[in-house]
Amino acid sequence: MKFAVLQFPGSNCDQDLVAALRDVFQQQVELINYRATDLSAFAAVLLPGGFSYGDYLRGGAIARFAPIMAAVRRFAAAGGLVIGICNGFQILTEAGLLPGVLQQNKSASFICQPAALTVVNAQTSFTNAYAPNQRITLPIAHGEGNYYCDAATLAELQAQQQIVFTYQDNPNGSVANIAGITNRAGNVLGMMPHPERAVEALLGSTDGGGVFQSMLQTLTKKVVTA
Amino acid sequence: MYRAKVYVTYKDSILDPQAEAITTALHQLDFPELTQLTCGKYFELVLDTTREKAALAVEQMCQKLLANVNMESYRYELIAA
Repeated sequence: MKFAVLQFPGSNCDQDLVAALRDVFQQQVELINYRATDLSAFAAVLLPGGFSYGDYLRGGAIARFAPIMAAVRRFAAAGGLVIGICNGFQILTEAGLLPGVLQQNKSASFICQPAALTVVNAQTSFTNAYAPNQRITLPIAHGEGNYYCDAATLAELQAQQQIVFTYQDNPNGSVANIAGITNRAGNVLGMMPHPERAVEALLGSTDGGGVFQSMLQTLTKKVVTA
Repeated sequence: MYRAKVYVTYKDSILDPQAEAITTALHQLDFPELTQLTCGKYFELVLDTTREKAALAVEQMCQKLLANVNMESYRYELIAA
């Protein structure tokens, strides 16, 4: 079982993801260049945080056209687990793999701080290692993390239980305190907080470990049942 | 040849903290008469095709990349160049 961490020009949390998966969870990880076109060898695909293409035009707007994104689409359409963190979340919304958009923070400033979250859906492939409504704290670091969608989309997100993480104290103006959502099928997750920065007690928190633990549980079960 | 001037701005329903900050700054510069300010992005494109095809291309460019229609609206002018 191998994990793919994508590298766009300007990604800067890719090594953190590799470290979390390889050093903390003892998994095989490969960095995949944005010009690659095949992801079929992987069990899961991770889009890291950073400033892909310098955030030109809008966060994620250009990265969505990178050659690797066609493979990400195919991987997601086939039911593979895809997670986008921070800039990765922005790329997934721009690519239309997740609904809505991340607009600039309500305060118009970059926010870098620990954020208290609630795991509102602990039944997803990315959160099943958490308890329902478990309260966790993860670091956030973004200027454009203010999740927005129209009322009809929000109603659908709520009805389909696609809202996975919410902020306890909304830092950026996100609609319905949204910090993370999945697609309708549940195999694509986007989240602004950084679980990969909270996997070792030495770094202040292990609350993010549940995301990777959940993915491992999901993938192991998949292998057994397949 | 046509020159397209494309304007992308936030939809009315979207709060724009940048526009608010600029408005506040202009009020501090003593322009109390300022009641509304919109800021956005401006693109100028030159297209070597017919007016009809240029309009269609610009429309698609806006839809696909220049604007995120979840939060932004766009308008453009086509000028024979």
